[in-house]
Amino acid sequence: MQEYTEKIRETAKRLLTEGKVDVFIGYRKGTVPMMCEPVLISDPDKTGLLHWDSNCALNLCNYLTKRTDRIGIIANGCNSRNIVTHIIENQIKREQLYILGIPCTGMIDPRAVKRVVKFREIHGVEEKDGRFIVKGDGFEEAFDKKELLQKNCATCLHRNPVLYDELLGDKVPEQDGIEPFRDVKKIEAMGSDDKWGFFTRMISSCIRCYACRNACPLCYCTTCFVDEAQPQWVGKSTDPTDTMTFHILRAFHCAGRCTDCGACERACPMGINVRQFTKKLNKDALELFGWEAGLNDGQRPPLDVYKTDDNNDFIR
Amino acid sequence: MTDKIFNKKDWFDTLKGLRNSYRIFVPVREGDFHNFRSLEDETIPNFDFFNTRLSPKSVVYPQSERMLECLNDTESPEHGVLKEAAKDYSQQAIIGIRPCDAQAFQIVKRNFDNPDYRDPLWVQRFESTILVGMGCNAPCPTCFCSSVGGGPFSEEYLDAIIFDLQGRYLIKGLTERGNEIISNMQGGTPADVKVIDESKAIAALANERVTSTVPSDKLTEKSVTGLFGAPFWEDVAFSCINCGTCTFLCPTCWCFDIQDETCGKQVDRVRNWDTCMSPLFTLEGSGHNPREKKFQRVRQRFMHKLKYYPDKFKSGVQCSGCGRCVRYCPVNIDIRRVAAMMNEY
Repeated sequence: MQEYTEKIRETAKRLLTEGKVDVFIGYRKGTVPMMCEPVLISDPDKTGLLHWDSNCALNLCNYLTKRTDRIGIIANGCNSRNIVTHIIENQIKREQLYILGIPCTGMIDPRAVKRVVKFREIHGVEEKDGRFIVKGDGFEEAFDKKELLQKNCATCLHRNPVLYDELLGDKVPEQDGIEPFRDVKKIEAMGSDDKWGFFTRMISSCIRCYACRNACPLCYCTTCFVDEAQPQWVGKSTDPTDTMTFHILRAFHCAGRCTDCGACERACPMGINVRQFTKKLNKDALELFGWEAGLNDGQRPPLDVYKTDDNNDFIR
Repeated sequence: MTDKIFNKKDWFDTLKGLRNSYRIFVPVREGDFHNFRSLEDETIPNFDFFNTRLSPKSVVYPQSERMLECLNDTESPEHGVLKEAAKDYSQQAIIGIRPCDAQAFQIVKRNFDNPDYRDPLWVQRFESTILVGMGCNAPCPTCFCSSVGGGPFSEEYLDAIIFDLQGRYLIKGLTERGNEIISNMQGGTPADVKVIDESKAIAALANERVTSTVPSDKLTEKSVTGLFGAPFWEDVAFSCINCGTCTFLCPTCWCFDIQDETCGKQVDRVRNWDTCMSPLFTLEGSGHNPREKKFQRVRQRFMHKLKYYPDKFKSGVQCSGCGRCVRYCPVNIDIRRVAAMMNEY
């Protein structure tokens, strides 16, 4: 995917020079292995900073909320779906955006990489023809990208952007034979005590830093319910009840809106699989309403429309 | 001379034996990473680690701590009368703390224990805590302890230090309390000169391996308002998502919030870690927020660590170079880069 870097730089330079956009939002190469930092560029001479590789996994749509200028932005499949969601939720206007679409073959999961090299310290990761060369103190090992994919990328069904002004490469084939909800079904099959136990264990290491919430482009409320002081809905200590309240409510606020971009999970410093909450709701949205978020900017999401053929009796 | 050598296979038994006299905290593997946990019968210590994901600051300064309590019961004569909540200040020891995290306690101490102000909770618990460090044989590329007054085998802030010598541990006492805990350790053999030479060689090698630096030499001579008004803060802050990862993982961040929590008639006054990255941190009762914008909050974190703190305490920076914020910031805001920008401005 690195071949996109040059194209991104050229296009961003052109857009800024021609005055088509005021700013350009992309990534630059990080200071540590397997990290890229979101960056805002307004000077055409600084577009050389822009970079793309299999670690551009934070969702850039997060940086669009309520901007008032004209913005050039990079978007792969999931990011473009979040842009669509942002447009239908009135967080940004389509005409403000110039979207550079990137057909994506997935992001790698730094945790998976650390596991395959048995937690030895990694000094660098090189990406070449779908292979990853991981270098560290006294070792160099190569892996196939598909062994190291982020979990959401491994089950991704929308790798090509759904909304763009320019596509920076040929579309990639969508993955077939994917069973995206295998993990959710396993939890669904549990009894309620086991489910509660599963989720309680899952979040037991949570430090309430809110990285999951803040990495998510859907979380743009002026004041989040956990930050409300009058009334205070959720306690601020590490009491497990409050932590669980936060996670469950956060997930419900994403119902019918989540694109499973994986930014929440990638951002978590404690490695919690927070997508286990949102994925269940994605499955429900699909099964109850035939809905996948962000595929269509002309259709209202299921939870903000009334339909006479609604799935639930009580609303008909 | 109390220095002792232990075989690694006897080591856990030795640590468990210490529990008669101290509460013991050890690094424990939890999934993909390690954290310090209290040593219980079922605990499996694991000293094969670079550093713990969370710093050991919580051993002295828990993320949530009950300070005071009272009854919310109008029929009781005790209604609304705040009393100190029960606390355990018995002797405890952190075994395997890295020198950077030990230095961090001294950095935090200037805030919690100074001539103007003594925080009773922090001070009492810190004074009951013995720091038995473990030198870093293999510092990480993100470690910069040597730039901020420490080093992978720095002995300055520890009560005792452990050298990991393939198959054996050498423990060297550095303070009276350190010597005492070593003398309470069962087993082991006295250290000989050969082993001490071996430990010195390992430390020298580790010192060379710290290549990462944070320049801060020119920071004290800069004007506060100059740095405050520097043009780079918006750029630095752009990618920040305002989560609390950097501050919660940091061994030198000490800010807190105090909350009252009720459950039935029981009222607890709880002190919780807070984070300057959150807009709520500075939201005033009037509704005004002096740090309403993201860049103001990001600027605060760096200015506090690298400028206000050294200016106020006439000391080094408020950072011990552990590199946790560099490694785990979800968006890769790197304090090394920001410090260089500030130092050169």
